[in-house]
Amino acid sequence: MTVKEMAEALNLRVFAAEEGLEKQVVGGYTSDLLSDVMGYADAGMVWITLQTHKNIIAIASLKELSAVILVKGFEPDADTLALARREQIPLLGTSGQAFETSGRLYRLLNP
Amino acid sequence: MDLSFNIQGGDFTSAGTASSQVRRTLKELGVDASVIKRVVVALYEAEVNIVAHACHGTITAQINPERVFLQLVDEGPGIPDIEKAMTPGFSTASQEVREMGFGAGMGLPNICRNADVFNIHSVPGKGTTVEITIQIK
Repeated sequence: MTVKEMAEALNLRVFAAEEGLEKQVVGGYTSDLLSDVMGYADAGMVWITLQTHKNIIAIASLKELSAVILVKGFEPDADTLALARREQIPLLGTSGQAFETSGRLYRLLNP
Repeated sequence: MDLSFNIQGGDFTSAGTASSQVRRTLKELGVDASVIKRVVVALYEAEVNIVAHACHGTITAQINPERVFLQLVDEGPGIPDIEKAMTPGFSTASQEVREMGFGAGMGLPNICRNADVFNIHSVPGKGTTVEITIQIK
């Protein structure tokens, strides 16, 4: 499944990096601890978090994650947006909480 | 090949720059992806430790066909009890840093897990030196 297909199925808002929407989604990782994601998320995963500062994009880029979803209606900081565009990391958003967003993504990937 | 970087304590907006540059270089050199992944995790954590705890520091990355050697030298508060600092979940990070999602006490364990050789030496009140070796072959 592509990031674009996921974004449409989960009705996600696209904040940045539409050019990255064709990336493949291989799984998801839900955490607000940066070292947890750094240590245990893997390439191609979508990261679900409430963190909005630009370090999330640095990590997503270093780990080659396919996208980042901000939950609970949080919006990215201005420098987060700029970095997401530069690194071509799709930055998405939802008004839903991490629990339900993770559940919906899990069901989408494991029908 | 040698790369070196200066890291400013407290500058979270630039955190990860050295890791990103080293990753790019390793990719250009055609190093195996599984090795690059381990270097990235270990170096990023060590880089963030300088940003979160020290005044400033320098990172040197020596890359040769056999191995990647990373040396991170900082001037800062040092670590009085390294064994305690290595304990998963233990952190001395500020509340502000924790709210950003750093300071979960996973940094040094992440380095340890991904390094083939990991040395840490610290003088309280002066600073800390971290050396990480990851074998390519």
